[in-house]
Amino acid sequence: MFTTLLFYALSTVLLAAAVGVITARNPVFAALFLILAFVTSAVLWLLLEAEFLAIVLVLVYVGAVMVLFLFVVMMLDINVTTMREGFLRYAPVGAIVAGIIVLELAYVIWFRSDGLPVGTTLVPRDAGYSSTEELGKVLYTQYLYPFELAGMLLLLAIVAAILLTMRQRPGLKVQDVAEQVKAQRGDRVRMVQMKSESE
Amino acid sequence: MMVTLSHYLTLSALLFTISIAGIFLNRKNVIVLLMCVELMLLAVNFNFIAFSRYLDDPAGQVFVFFILTVAAAESAIGLAILVVLFRSRRSINVQELDVLKG
Repeated sequence: MFTTLLFYALSTVLLAAAVGVITARNPVFAALFLILAFVTSAVLWLLLEAEFLAIVLVLVYVGAVMVLFLFVVMMLDINVTTMREGFLRYAPVGAIVAGIIVLELAYVIWFRSDGLPVGTTLVPRDAGYSSTEELGKVLYTQYLYPFELAGMLLLLAIVAAILLTMRQRPGLKVQDVAEQVKAQRGDRVRMVQMKSESE
Repeated sequence: MMVTLSHYLTLSALLFTISIAGIFLNRKNVIVLLMCVELMLLAVNFNFIAFSRYLDDPAGQVFVFFILTVAAAESAIGLAILVVLFRSRRSINVQELDVLKG
């Protein structure tokens, strides 16, 4: 009973946060609502006993991706008013498409779910069960090759993001360490032979 | 009344629908569009985790793991493109991005 109450409360918060993301006037608030949505869904994933993914969602999404989002939102100078125009003009189209998708998904979930355990209730796992262990067993045996590909993908993302945003500005003064180390005494000091002058 | 698979499926369907409506509402703001895509991926992850739990198959969680990886890479590259775009056009308005229009 407590689980059911918790589910409904968290679902309400999650959906409210999602509505906040799409209607917030300021992109900073949208990002903050998105953080709320991610944290709430992490707790909902805990209800589904997927502890590892819940903590990964908080660490990777709230800790890294959303900070990146906030960083970019604050770095760019966004004119909020021009961004908002057309908001109400496209609202009816969005509502129609959303309604169609609701009907389709409701049809699939409620009427076409033969053979799926849609009505069964969960039996809680015993205390010794670890979702991290289960995930690791499958990930490092059956899905080892995709796992390595995922690592390659992250490397690709690092290289691509750095390559895209790096730029060489002309006239920028930078240190050339190799030149500095290579310098000899003769490059810096000129020895002059001259007679001493005295009165 | 206990929480069943249908509850989770309905929740993720609602989340997905909200983010689709968000893509229509915020057609001009690329950053909010990216956030809506993240929300859609979250809804998909919800389905995977719920099915993985109710069908008792850890493979669903592996897929969520990979989706999280791809989504992180996608948002990193997307935001990098956005920064480069803003640097060259001084704006991230989608309507002004018509250079490639024939």
